Amino acid sequence: MSDSKIIYLDNNATTKVDERVVEVMLPYFSQYYGNPSSMYELGGKNSKVIKEARERIKEFFGANSSKEIYFTASGSESANMAIRGVLSADKSKNHIITTKVEHACVLNLCKQLEKEGYNIDYAGVNASGEVNTDEIYNAITDKTALVACMYANNETGTIFPVREIAEKVKTINPKTKVFVDAVQAAGKIELNVKDTQIDMMGISGHKFHAPKGIGALYVNSSTLITPLVIGGHQENGKRAGTENVPFIVGMAEAAKIAQEALLFENTEVKRLRDKLEKGLLSRIYNARLNSSAQNRVPNTTNIGFEYIEGELILLNMNDYGICASSGSACTSGSLDPSHVLKAMGVPFTALHGSIRFSLSRYTTEDEINYTLEKMPPIIERLAKISPYQAELTELQERKGLK
Amino acid sequence: MWDYTEKVIDHYKNPRNVGSIEDADAVGEAGSLSCGDMLKLYLKVDKNGIITDAKFQTFGCGSAVASSSILTEMVIGKHIDEARKITNKQIVDALGGLPPEKMHCSVMGHEALEAAISNYYNEEITISSDEEIVCHCFDISKTFLENEIKSNNLKTLDDVINYTKAGGACGRCHGKIKEILDNINNQQPKQEKLTNTQMIIKINNIIEKYISPELRKDGGDIELIDVEGNKIKVKLSGRCGMCNRSQLTLTHFVEATLKEHVNSNIEIVQV
Repeated sequence: MSDSKIIYLDNNATTKVDERVVEVMLPYFSQYYGNPSSMYELGGKNSKVIKEARERIKEFFGANSSKEIYFTASGSESANMAIRGVLSADKSKNHIITTKVEHACVLNLCKQLEKEGYNIDYAGVNASGEVNTDEIYNAITDKTALVACMYANNETGTIFPVREIAEKVKTINPKTKVFVDAVQAAGKIELNVKDTQIDMMGISGHKFHAPKGIGALYVNSSTLITPLVIGGHQENGKRAGTENVPFIVGMAEAAKIAQEALLFENTEVKRLRDKLEKGLLSRIYNARLNSSAQNRVPNTTNIGFEYIEGELILLNMNDYGICASSGSACTSGSLDPSHVLKAMGVPFTALHGSIRFSLSRYTTEDEINYTLEKMPPIIERLAKISPYQAELTELQERKGLK
Repeated sequence: MWDYTEKVIDHYKNPRNVGSIEDADAVGEAGSLSCGDMLKLYLKVDKNGIITDAKFQTFGCGSAVASSSILTEMVIGKHIDEARKITNKQIVDALGGLPPEKMHCSVMGHEALEAAISNYYNEEITISSDEEIVCHCFDISKTFLENEIKSNNLKTLDDVINYTKAGGACGRCHGKIKEILDNINNQQPKQEKLTNTQMIIKINNIIEKYISPELRKDGGDIELIDVEGNKIKVKLSGRCGMCNRSQLTLTHFVEATLKEHVNSNIEIVQV
């Protein structure tokens, strides 16, 4: 693969850092490197910088007060801090409800909590990847400490009605806390947390053109959490450790830019996503749209190529510099295919050959055209290796495509 | 991204012998669509039992395609009984290695070959109905696991997952797999007790065969002086005798080699 041509369609995995973000970060490495807790100007000034950044992230969340914003190192840390934080603050409850399609940072934490004695219920999803909200509501008891539900799914882009879920949860049990993993929603849709009953929400900088290694957690003022990391007084005593000034500054800048680009994401990026999706489905007879949910983040599509395996598709795309990801077992550490697509009931003919394409505001029309030009011959060539020739021919005839 | 060898990359990019043989003399299958990889192998065998052509169709990842492709190259021109002796390890070696997590691709290749040859000889593949399934995710039987553990000398749960996929999904069968591993590894013949003379002969043979030739390349050599139980007294000579790294040579090479071939309690003493 040559470095000259990279078509990056894996923005749900991580994003390119915006040059403007890099620029605002740079002075905080070697010029304004002081510790914000220090009593001289070199450091003390940085506490003001962090205050401003917190204010910006508050705007990004659409929260009431910057006191509700905590900086973390990742989306995973935000989820752990929220979930464990609430459970340790109120030991009288031992029940958690989440969904089958959460990110590993919530699912694997829940599996760990099960070992520690908590009861967990996992709500399922329908064929479009939309959560069965009744399964959440029906599971709530007076022992339910927490409902953890993602805002948008990383693999399908399906948006969950978290606002409605939070309201309903509170009417059933006002003491149950609601955590929303908004990592895949941030920068793609408005978060506006203050108008909701959501108690906690986590985001990760590198999904919206800030660097990796910085995240944030919103915790509303009526929710008490016990810190995970104990030490100094930073982050209002909820997360010890000297503040990562350059990255905090960078994420704040990225958040500001992302907010300004929301309209662009939902018009131009969406247009390109739709073009890619429709183009692939019409040109490739064994392509299948895995999530057709109306309510999807504007940058994501997940397409299954039946009777072909995903890793093989990605390796061949890589030859053309096209980057995407797969729900195939072979690409993950586990031998199990994507838990999300399995929960949706995606047929096993397409399960192992599912490819997620995720765009960004940097994606160009030329790149989408190039991808649409390269994908059909790749799939056609790989279909010839498949042992399921009879099934493929049948599919081809059924679709009436050549 | 997987660390594939150039050979693996070459074979998945330009797979050899893709397709089917209409009038194949033998067809073998392994794996399934639901499990994520499946291989169909077709063989053409002449009246002398020589495999004159082989073709494959594979649903699977890069290393599954590469394993299938190289397997067809390995069997063409071989007598069918010779082909039967091909092991999954030979497939791996021919590819210049596979990542540990991908070893099962070579096992699948071997399985399909075995199935094709059984098909050629019209052997009944008896699957008894009371065959115990250990891993339900991938439908893997106890007998299959036991065979793979023995033939590939698998020691740990991860080995078993990497080679057979068993236990690689939900993980509910991990306890059962560990039990099978323990049973097999404890069953293995205890290290035979050798008399001192037998021990000296055995060690001398290993020194002659594996150790001296290597040391001679560097202008040195080794001499066996005495054996007391597991304590092996040796003398380094030539350049090895003067080398200030001789202790390293002794522990990292001489002792390690003897431990591998004789027993793990061997201790080397330089005299």
